[in-house]
Amino acid sequence: MKRFLIPMGLFVVLVGFLAVGLRLDPREVPSPLVGKQAPNFELPQLAQPDQKFSPLDMKGKVWLLNVWASWCVSCRQEHPVLVALSKTGAVPIYGLDYKDPRADALKWLAQLGDPYVLSVADADGRVGIDYGVYGVPETYLIDKAGVIRYKHIGPVTRDAVDEKILPLVKELEK
Amino acid sequence: MTDGTTPGILKIIFVLGLALFVLAVQANEAVPMAADEAVEKRLVSISEEMRCLVCQNESLSGSHAELAQDLRREIRSLIKQGKTDAEIMDFMVSRYGDFVRYRPPLKATTYLLWFGPFLLLAGAIAGLIVYLRRRGRLVAASTESSKLTLSAEEQRRAEALLEQNEMQESENQR
Repeated sequence: MKRFLIPMGLFVVLVGFLAVGLRLDPREVPSPLVGKQAPNFELPQLAQPDQKFSPLDMKGKVWLLNVWASWCVSCRQEHPVLVALSKTGAVPIYGLDYKDPRADALKWLAQLGDPYVLSVADADGRVGIDYGVYGVPETYLIDKAGVIRYKHIGPVTRDAVDEKILPLVKELEK
Repeated sequence: MTDGTTPGILKIIFVLGLALFVLAVQANEAVPMAADEAVEKRLVSISEEMRCLVCQNESLSGSHAELAQDLRREIRSLIKQGKTDAEIMDFMVSRYGDFVRYRPPLKATTYLLWFGPFLLLAGAIAGLIVYLRRRGRLVAASTESSKLTLSAEEQRRAEALLEQNEMQESENQR
């Protein structure tokens, strides 16, 4: 019996590693931007292209920057969650409309509801690159000093709102 | 020089000229599509070192993902601005993290990655040495003890068995 102990032990360790590996999502690449100043930009607003928006306008506020696009299927999935969150008024949501034709984006918001205080149009995706966006949707929580405190990759879920975003917002607003 | 050699040389010159012409035609076909060859060469050498974040098993240079095209465009413009390879790598790493590098840097969080395989190898070699030594000792002990303990009776029986075997073999051959 004793001679089976070592292979058995090795097997248990291997299963342990595989079990952890299965739970990791290779698509979730930790962002080096968390804990750093949110990259600055100045982009035309989606609704009023003659007006600009910059993260500097948001100094002193805790806010969410949600990267979305009308062509993005997962954005459709997260959209009701964002609409519900915007109705609670817990945290202002700003949209970064990523590489999206303006007409499509406006139609999308008209159809599904607009949870955003405002959206800006990142037509060529340059600001997306500065924010390390590699898959829409992505959501950044930015604090009063303009530092990125949390990045959510993929569609925002109700659980993520309740367990991560809202507690962090409460803490940052102190 | 005799008369016969002159047409020979002419023939050789003609053939060489034809060969050069063929080479020239091929070289024309191989001209890269992009305007600036040096920039494209550097772009390829840099982007081959980077992982595409969308198709994670492809390099940035080989990927057809839209983000990869955008990032190549970005790198191209950085090259034209006269940035060094290291500066361009920093640009990418500051946005997407060490994940974009195919060669991870040596630092505290990657020690296990760099030295783990050597640790495993050292452990395996140590285990092998211990095993071989122990087996060597066991084999030596068993051969020695069997030599010593073969009594006169056992010797007789062994010889009888060998003899029997030989007789059987010679019978079989018949």
